[in-house]
Amino acid sequence: MVNFLRNLDRRWIFLLMGVCVAVPILLRFLPPNSATQMDRSVFNAIEDLPDGSRILVSFDFDPGSQGELLPMAMSFTRHCGFKRHKVYFMCLWPLGEPFIEDAMKILDTEFEGLEYGTDYMSFGYKPGGEAVIKNIIVDWKKLFITDSRKQSLEDIPMTANIKSAKAMDLVVNVCAGDPGAKQWVQYAATPAGLPMVAGCTGVQAPLLYPYIPDPMAGLLAAIKGAAGYEQIMIEEYPILEDFKSARFSSTAAFQRMGPQFVAHLLMLVLILLGNFIFFLDRKRGGTR
Amino acid sequence: MTDQAHTPVPEGTSAGKIGWIVVVALMVIGMFVASLLLDAGKVYTVSSEQSWTEYESELADIDLWMVENSSGARQLEHYGAQAGDTRTIATRADNAAFIKETTAASYTNPVRAFVVKEHKRGKSVDLVQYTGAVVFTGWLPTGDSPAESSVKSLMGAPMSVYQWKPTGNVSNWMTTESIPYNVPEASRPAGATASTSRTIGIWLSAILTLCIMSFLFGDNPFYKTAEAIVVGTSAGYWMAYSFYTGIVDQLMINLFPDLVRDWTTPGLPWSYMWDWVYVIPAILGVMLVCRLLPKGGWIARWPLAFIIGATAGFRLTSHLESDFLLQIKQTITTLWAEDVNGNFDLWASVGAVTILISVLLCLVYFFFSLEHKGTVGKVARGGIFVLMITFGAAFGLTVMGRITLLTERFDFLFKDWLHLM
Repeated sequence: MVNFLRNLDRRWIFLLMGVCVAVPILLRFLPPNSATQMDRSVFNAIEDLPDGSRILVSFDFDPGSQGELLPMAMSFTRHCGFKRHKVYFMCLWPLGEPFIEDAMKILDTEFEGLEYGTDYMSFGYKPGGEAVIKNIIVDWKKLFITDSRKQSLEDIPMTANIKSAKAMDLVVNVCAGDPGAKQWVQYAATPAGLPMVAGCTGVQAPLLYPYIPDPMAGLLAAIKGAAGYEQIMIEEYPILEDFKSARFSSTAAFQRMGPQFVAHLLMLVLILLGNFIFFLDRKRGGTR
Repeated sequence: MTDQAHTPVPEGTSAGKIGWIVVVALMVIGMFVASLLLDAGKVYTVSSEQSWTEYESELADIDLWMVENSSGARQLEHYGAQAGDTRTIATRADNAAFIKETTAASYTNPVRAFVVKEHKRGKSVDLVQYTGAVVFTGWLPTGDSPAESSVKSLMGAPMSVYQWKPTGNVSNWMTTESIPYNVPEASRPAGATASTSRTIGIWLSAILTLCIMSFLFGDNPFYKTAEAIVVGTSAGYWMAYSFYTGIVDQLMINLFPDLVRDWTTPGLPWSYMWDWVYVIPAILGVMLVCRLLPKGGWIARWPLAFIIGATAGFRLTSHLESDFLLQIKQTITTLWAEDVNGNFDLWASVGAVTILISVLLCLVYFFFSLEHKGTVGKVARGGIFVLMITFGAAFGLTVMGRITLLTERFDFLFKDWLHLM
């Protein structure tokens, strides 16, 4: 048995991992979910603003990271919708733009009375990474002449009288890499003193934790952070129960915690097993 | 443990080939059965027709004094008005005299107000007289009356101000929306139909997902094909998208605003003028492309040097501020933490002490002016522990991310494709 495990073909592990992820999805297994203090900080950053505040939301990710980031992006959008905040969407990744369209559709269909141009709008994608952030902090009309629908910013009520991103009450960034939260911290939150929260992939989280609590008020790390945020949202806005089976489910991240839970258990077992065999071999004087 | 370098892959051997053929055959049969039993990948859509009508208006024999290079002046010129006399209004007396010379219809109130505003700022204003006829157009949803429309038209005035007649041009198109797969047939909106193109799209996505996943079993032609499709599609998408968002929206819009307004950006403000500064990036861009020339590759070094220098300068200050000074500030914090009520906060204090100790241990580990022996060596070893814990946390979060990616793909396969849930 030990010999079999010692020479186990890695494809068995892939298969096991596939089963551990697939079965909880099919059985709709949901582990206990709880929000952390960090999730609460992010929630409060949006919640504590007066209704109708200006929020700049940047979706700096692409479909490769949508599994982790789309649920939190949609939660942020819904939260802004409940609070009737003025949402200014933009993205520094070209493939972020379709997600902005999806988010605007949520605001349009799930929230009565919200209209494009007065309650939310999109600048779309701009190439240039950090140079874009640095420019819009000074004068965004030099860079954003029109919105993503090619309308003049002067004709859009939300942007007609705003000179730069300094007029925002909060920056919300959902990012999968560079440019992303780090650049928003370096070129917007730190020099301009703009309040900021972010959501990021698991890979990025350790790099962004040092920016908490100053200048970032909070960070949603990976799918766990998104699930915690959804938990708070459901508690504070119970109407979200009605959107559980919507195209962009109000509990999308939470539903992904089941496979996460089982897959992590498998990882633990495999690590323990590997160490057990390692120490067994060492005890026997093996050098494998 | 598994010798990864010698993990057997079904390559070359006849048994391996037979295995592949069997697996693929089973999958094809499975897909066929799924399409029959589960309506796999079938997408229903609902479409609505959009229709817009073009209207035309003509102003014959206009006689208007406009501020030089204002959006109104540029609009009039664009639509066929002739620029004639010019006049500089430098003082209030000039303005009063000019008002007496002209009529309110010719020297309109908005222009007068602008002149007065500029005088208050101590500036003079150049005016240009426009004469002749202008013919301009506007689009409205079919059925809407221009006489009641508030859509902005010539010189920012609503369409209702002018007299319009239809040009006969009507633009019709369909907008189509997918209905979520889990909406029961009885609840689908009226007029919902199965969409062949979108169904094929879902099937393609599913098959390509399986092709990519097949790499876990070993390198194979299905994976290679899917990989090539991803690379090719991404490159094509990036190229087209970058051309419009970079070259057109950033460069051409500043060099040829009128061209871009007529081509891709009808909403570009009429006041927007060309900016000579953008000639410099245009030249640098062309120089960068010279890298492709057999003998002119050296030309590309100059713009490259500019990019490197500018980026280095650009990043230096921001890194100093947010990654150096701010981090020091956050590390040197009170170790005796209190909550909002002024009570001792144990865990916050433990956190602050832990951060301080960890930073010091890591700093010693990366301090190579002293040999890592004795006390210094022990402290440096502590630094290694801190680093290992950090790497472990990073690895854990990475694993979480990768599992989520797999979950998202399975979600797609089970829900959008196989309709199992």
